[in-house]
Amino acid sequence: MTKPAIKPEKTDKPDSSGPTKQPSPLTVAAGARPQPAAKAVTKVVETPSSPKVIETVTGAQALVRSLESLGVEVMFGIPGGAILPAYDPIFDSRVRHILVRHEQGAGHAASGYALATGKVGVCVATSGPGATNLVTPIADAYMDSVPIVAITGQVSRSAIGTDAFQEADIRGITLPITKHNYLVQRPEDVPRIMAEAFHLASTGRPGPVLVDIPKDVLQARTEFSWPPTIELPGYRPTLQPHGKQIREAAKLIASARRPVLYVGGGVIKAGASDALRRLAELTGAPVVTTLMARGAFPDSHPQHLGMPGMHGTVGAVYALQKADLLVALGARFDDRVTGRLDTFAPHATVIHADIDPAEIGKNRVADVPIVGDARYVIEELITAVAAEHKAGHKADLTDWWRTLDDIRGRYPLGWEDPPDGTLAPQYVIKRLGEIAGPDTIYVAGVGQHQMWASQFISYEKPGTWLNSGGLGTMGFAVPAAMGAKVGRPDAVVWAIDGDGCFQMTNQELATCALEGIPIKVAIINNGNLGMVRQWQTLFYNERYSNTDLGTHKHRIPDFVKLAEALGCTGLRCETAEDVDRTIETAMNINDSPVVIDFVVGKDAMVWPMVPAGTSNDEIMFARGVRPVFDEDDV
Amino acid sequence: MSKHTLSVLVENKPGVLARVAGLFSRRGFNIDSLAVGETERPDISRITIVVNAEDSPLEQVTKQLNKLVNVLKIVELEPGNSVQRQLLLVKVRADRSQRSQVLETVQIFRAKVVDVAADALTIEATGTAEKIEALLRDLEPFGIKEMVQSGLVAIGRGSRSITAPVLRAA
Repeated sequence: MTKPAIKPEKTDKPDSSGPTKQPSPLTVAAGARPQPAAKAVTKVVETPSSPKVIETVTGAQALVRSLESLGVEVMFGIPGGAILPAYDPIFDSRVRHILVRHEQGAGHAASGYALATGKVGVCVATSGPGATNLVTPIADAYMDSVPIVAITGQVSRSAIGTDAFQEADIRGITLPITKHNYLVQRPEDVPRIMAEAFHLASTGRPGPVLVDIPKDVLQARTEFSWPPTIELPGYRPTLQPHGKQIREAAKLIASARRPVLYVGGGVIKAGASDALRRLAELTGAPVVTTLMARGAFPDSHPQHLGMPGMHGTVGAVYALQKADLLVALGARFDDRVTGRLDTFAPHATVIHADIDPAEIGKNRVADVPIVGDARYVIEELITAVAAEHKAGHKADLTDWWRTLDDIRGRYPLGWEDPPDGTLAPQYVIKRLGEIAGPDTIYVAGVGQHQMWASQFISYEKPGTWLNSGGLGTMGFAVPAAMGAKVGRPDAVVWAIDGDGCFQMTNQELATCALEGIPIKVAIINNGNLGMVRQWQTLFYNERYSNTDLGTHKHRIPDFVKLAEALGCTGLRCETAEDVDRTIETAMNINDSPVVIDFVVGKDAMVWPMVPAGTSNDEIMFARGVRPVFDEDDV
Repeated sequence: MSKHTLSVLVENKPGVLARVAGLFSRRGFNIDSLAVGETERPDISRITIVVNAEDSPLEQVTKQLNKLVNVLKIVELEPGNSVQRQLLLVKVRADRSQRSQVLETVQIFRAKVVDVAADALTIEATGTAEKIEALLRDLEPFGIKEMVQSGLVAIGRGSRSITAPVLRAA
């Protein structure tokens, strides 16, 4: 057994002061001039370098001024007792506050905003139940590495630990689901902590940061000046990859005969889609994009084999299983991709590039570990691989592509129309993608509709597919679509939701209607918790325990009436002939949110499928149909 | 499984111990022993953790530990090139007939008597885990009424300091 490679110290990591992929909030902040607050006392202190404005403000004013200085455009939240002092300066602030209907909506909206814009999303809640309602979206953002900052009120310092009204130890509760979190102990710390929170959320591997602020800290007088000094001696993310590892990787890439580029969400987060395309075309290697990476590489590109994993394409799954080299870029070998780990890609040498060193070797041993930002890694790989090619090292991939083309030709994605004449959900989603086009932002909930939306919509651009991948949070779609639309008001935003998911968070449609956020929602209404029902069909002898929601049988709720009650336009579509017309009607409504109730068959299933806990080699193309892989193929 | 001693330098801030300890429990590790205290720099604390783990999961937990924002540095100290000590206080039954025998054991282990009662002695001992174990084995027959042990603390041998580079950087 080998000794664990314990980094002697963080300072040994390569210098991270190189170019950053996105402007740090502080550089933005440095350019923004603080605006004097109404009741603030201002004085100017001359320092040798520059005059620094110091003002006397409340902790709450310091919070809002920090948000303004950090370039925040919008925050999603609900006020309550402990956070109330902050809402007074919010009333006067140029930062837009969107009053949501449930804190979970605020959290997912912040994530949707962040995913659609690449900026930090902000949500606000009061202490106790307000804060605990944020737990799910924070956990969701943690699993999917989404940069959000959650600001919560806390009971006054003297009341902490006394089981006071609406007291919850939200810092303790969110320890395992945040990148970092703070309980602000002194009002003078507010600007520094806010700057640190934004810096932590948006740099390195992005993630959620929570800032819990006691009420009396918000009320206390303090001094405000900007920018503050960030004090994070233990935080130095590695962005630039190690040259030796890059050269090693390039050698393997140039000589591999069955390589696959296994692309994860890190490529989108790093803004590395263009670089990825150049690397793919330089190497000629097939590309697979995980659920989090849909859109990182154009679906129309001939080298794209689609999504790998439990509901991936046969081509993508086959390619991984038969590969002699995996080039994992910003991906984390999730169990939904690998299936049974000990049979995953058994012939492959692994190059694993990730910004988070802890991901490398976590699930699968990496032969060439590369720590770095995906964009730098890919850019440097391009240079190094081109040098290998120039030296005459380039493997012939003709046989590999012949095999892959044969497999994807024989096992394309598709579906059979339901024998009972009901509307096929896959058809609805495919038409939606074709009519709304590649510039639309698609946001999914979790379940069958999510998988179909991933499979049957052609994604051409990064940031056009938002979903809850790691945590699998039902109810993500509507609030995340709201956040995306706020961040990208010129884009068409379609939430593709299930009837189960929709009933978890549809209250945010009231927010959308009142705040002028015209999102579009396609409810793929099969009357059931569809994915659970699919498992009951396959693994529980068709015993449908507690999966019928009654949305078909009793039409409760009536989604058209519900939409109208929430201030939206409600439409219904029950036949294939009406699908295009209904979608086009919705596309033409831009003065209110639109909800379409697509009443679809309940028996449609998501295929292909690798049953949980089995090997990717056991992939089923359709029920009872195993693809035939000739063992001599490779 | 084998025992590993980790020295973790952290920022001396509220809640850091909970972050470190929570990470171990969350990833399924049992901490054998844990000791925390300030270093020569009051804003930096040092946590010494002894865990029983295979090398590969230990590497994963170490990497996760490194990701904690308040963690400055992690070093694994090998028993061969470090000094490792823990402290024991033990109350042993010792009436007049047994007292001299107990005192003899105390002397052999270079331990100290720190409190005396009519029928009991309280003994203080420091040493490696093995020495403490051996002392307890010898005291066992007299009757141990109560005992308490500190977590293990450890420091590398030689003149090199693991804190120096961190202090410069911080």
